[in-house]
Amino acid sequence: MNAPVESGAGTRSDPRAGAIGASAGLNPREGEETLTLLQKSRRGRRAFVAPATDVPEVPIEELLPASAIRKEPAELPEASEPEIMRHFKTLSTKNFDLDTGFYPLGSCTMKHNPKLHERVAALAGHARLHPMQEPRYAQGALEVMWNLQVALAEISGLPHVSLQPSAGSHGELTGLLVTRAYHDARGEKRHKVLTPDTAHGTNPATVTMAGYEVVKIGTAEDGGVDLDALRAAANEDVACLMLTNPNTLGLFDRNIEEITKIVHDVGGTLYYDGANLNAVMGISRPGDMGFDIVHFNLHKTFTQPHGGGGPGAGPIAVSDRIEPFLPVPQVVRRDASQNGRELEFDLEYDRPQSIGKMRGFQGNFGVFVRSYAYICSLGAEGLKEVSETAVLNANYLKARLAEVDDLLPIAYDRTCMHEFVLSGRGAREQLGIKTLDIAKRLLDWGVHPPTVYFPLLVEEALMIEPTETEPKERLDYFADAVKAILEEAASDPEIARNAPYTTPVRRLDEAAAAKRPVVRQPRER
Amino acid sequence: MSHYTSVTEEDRREMLAAIGLSSMEELFACIPEGVRLRRELDLPAGMAEQEVYEHLAALAARNRDADAEVTFMGAGMYDHYVPAIVDAVILRSEFLTPYTPYQPEVSQGTLQVMFEFQTAISELTGLPVSNASVYEGPSAVAAAGYMAKLETGRRKFVTSRGVHPHSRAALETHAAGFGSQVVETALDDHGATDAEALAAAIDDDTAAVFIQQPNFLGTVEELGAVAEAAKRTGALFVVAADPLTLGILEPPASFGADICVGEGQSLGNRLDFGGPSFGFFAASDKYIRRMPGRIAGETVDVDGRRGFVLTLQTREQHIRREKATHNICTAQALNALAGTVYLSWLGKQGIVELGKLMLQRTHYAREALGLEKINPGPVVREFAVRVPDLDGVMERAREAGVNPGYRLGRDYPELSDGLLVAITERRTKEQIDRLASLVHAEVAA
Repeated sequence: MNAPVESGAGTRSDPRAGAIGASAGLNPREGEETLTLLQKSRRGRRAFVAPATDVPEVPIEELLPASAIRKEPAELPEASEPEIMRHFKTLSTKNFDLDTGFYPLGSCTMKHNPKLHERVAALAGHARLHPMQEPRYAQGALEVMWNLQVALAEISGLPHVSLQPSAGSHGELTGLLVTRAYHDARGEKRHKVLTPDTAHGTNPATVTMAGYEVVKIGTAEDGGVDLDALRAAANEDVACLMLTNPNTLGLFDRNIEEITKIVHDVGGTLYYDGANLNAVMGISRPGDMGFDIVHFNLHKTFTQPHGGGGPGAGPIAVSDRIEPFLPVPQVVRRDASQNGRELEFDLEYDRPQSIGKMRGFQGNFGVFVRSYAYICSLGAEGLKEVSETAVLNANYLKARLAEVDDLLPIAYDRTCMHEFVLSGRGAREQLGIKTLDIAKRLLDWGVHPPTVYFPLLVEEALMIEPTETEPKERLDYFADAVKAILEEAASDPEIARNAPYTTPVRRLDEAAAAKRPVVRQPRER
Repeated sequence: MSHYTSVTEEDRREMLAAIGLSSMEELFACIPEGVRLRRELDLPAGMAEQEVYEHLAALAARNRDADAEVTFMGAGMYDHYVPAIVDAVILRSEFLTPYTPYQPEVSQGTLQVMFEFQTAISELTGLPVSNASVYEGPSAVAAAGYMAKLETGRRKFVTSRGVHPHSRAALETHAAGFGSQVVETALDDHGATDAEALAAAIDDDTAAVFIQQPNFLGTVEELGAVAEAAKRTGALFVVAADPLTLGILEPPASFGADICVGEGQSLGNRLDFGGPSFGFFAASDKYIRRMPGRIAGETVDVDGRRGFVLTLQTREQHIRREKATHNICTAQALNALAGTVYLSWLGKQGIVELGKLMLQRTHYAREALGLEKINPGPVVREFAVRVPDLDGVMERAREAGVNPGYRLGRDYPELSDGLLVAITERRTKEQIDRLASLVHAEVAA
């Protein structure tokens, strides 16, 4: 364990001597001024060379009405290919990324992205396949989708899958829209959706978009749903309960069977937010818990490169009673001999009770290819081992951080699943540093900070999800870094308050950005 | 043993001891027995990397992709050339493997890309504010509807039938949730939006009016007439536009568009059987605090150095929860990066040159085919024609390795003999002539 370099209050302290932290390797702040490519442009420079015009040219004025022809060109960059490449390559060096180091961003499941996946997704048969290609010429793609559906159904314990939603939140919305269609079909008008106070922000936002009213349910002493509050809120007005289990505190709700029964008894549906599915693959299934609808974050549990904020995909799996309402088209497999049809896989549009389409085409197919490759690689045994290792890693790191329990107490301390939450209240009161300061100081240690200030019911929260990716040494390094930051703050809290010191920029003025928003490069006139 | 973890048996023992447990099973003791899965998942056994590769390669080989035929298929996604520099940039781990830039000090790469993306979209659409991406085209149309509903409190949408059928479907699906109705108005007999019919459908309860540029049939719409009708009642004027053709078409803002959304695949993203690509969402200044999704903004750090942050986050679900302007969280940052690199590569002159080339070849193709035009008006990259014996032409062309385009019958039953033909810069005169000879041979037969 290498200690941070000696430093006085408020001065730079570069702790990157640490063996693993040293790999952060971000471009230091020395060097050129920060300019956009547009600012670096010079008139007449270019990278693109147009293919030769091989057809007789007709004056543009004869082909388009004057009012439709662009009068002033769009101010796009003018730069040569080498300068474009340098620009984006240099920008890339200002990012911290998962291939560089530890990224324990709670609830985001930052697991390794196998390099094979980029290779198979880039095969021309996948990458160059047109979405409107007829099913008979897209049998391989439909088989990938079908096989993925089958696997997701088995993992969730719910038999019917739609791959269409584009991300978790889109899956949530799809889930509530099929819930609405289900109740409508039964002639029921229900207005309310129950969400625990530990829910991800997407849950209540989705409820509003789906035209329902949010009813918040409190959290019990043990970190689970408050059963009395749930019973009091459950009535014929309730369309659905949206639940994350394990929840955002990283805890498996021990009363899950009772919870699903309470909601079913009043005729509501049960929605499972699959953000935390990485904890329970092959161990426990939402369908067996009594859920009707579950969304998967393929970019979390089934490893997509997170891309700086997408793409992802948010397929849903549903029970029999919800199935008629799934979006169109559905991938189906037909018996090759049935009715003389020769297609094995097809896209089915004729679904009269369907809610319709959530987006264009069939969904984020390139994402499906990667997640399917992952499931093929791991198989049943490997997926279970992923969950076991994720839970082991989280509990080990929690045990290591219990060494600073007085300053960062564990919220609802019991065996956690794939993640856990610490409260920074002790550090704030005793050392005078906030969770934000700890997070920013961690950047100097070459690790990405956890999710901070969520879930909302934990004061100064740090939500830590190490995933199965991390070896023990990196967990130890993180625990040591947290301890060192707290020790450092005990002697001089200013160091953390002014961190980070070693990043391409230091703390940014977010208030100024919001007060007078500058959201594009102004034209230079 | 899974392929992508590091924990050994020895690690496991040590870690369990540190936790104070003696077996892995104890880690899961909190899960009630009634919901424990006491069997192995019914999935195939895991495979070695090379076996997975062979399996996926065999499946890929069963698809007829755009390298395996000459495709004139468009209808929302297009076979444009994606330059090598796009792959070189997006495959860099530093862009590929981080998440949403919650910690701006170590995410300046991603944040500045968002800022440059917003700048480019703003330039193309003419609207001052763009977000950093939404999922894709049709759901972006639905997002525009939701914003208009929040803004006006009105419950009706009026959309031209020239808007992509998937966009109209997505709008309708989303609107069913928040309680709005969608009214569709017909195209005229030249495949353009019937401005009078559209105007007649707009009333005081109309939240937004939707039109697509170019429309689904490829027609370059006259936006001015529609804008006027929308503005009269205070409805928001929403244009769903193709961003690449905006290189040569007057930007929607010039005609008074309040919101411009669209599908970004044509900007440096591959076909991918429909996704992932990206959607974009741009609007007038006054709607900046109503926008969905992430927005990057410029600021300075404590040393006065220029930097970028996610801004106006009080619109978003993680802060505002049920009062958020949209529920979107993960969007399409990597695809938007591909779009940004592509637009940088194409550049100020290139986007005009590319647009003109498509325009010329599209005009040539429409004349070369010599078939009855469904939309005889101006077109840029795509057009619709009636094909006698369409079934026969399709079969014959497919046998010859040519995909003639998209059959309009499913979406427009009145155009059951209609074919939608897309001409990107990749379709040469020679390929167009080949399509023409296939069509003519069949028509003559």
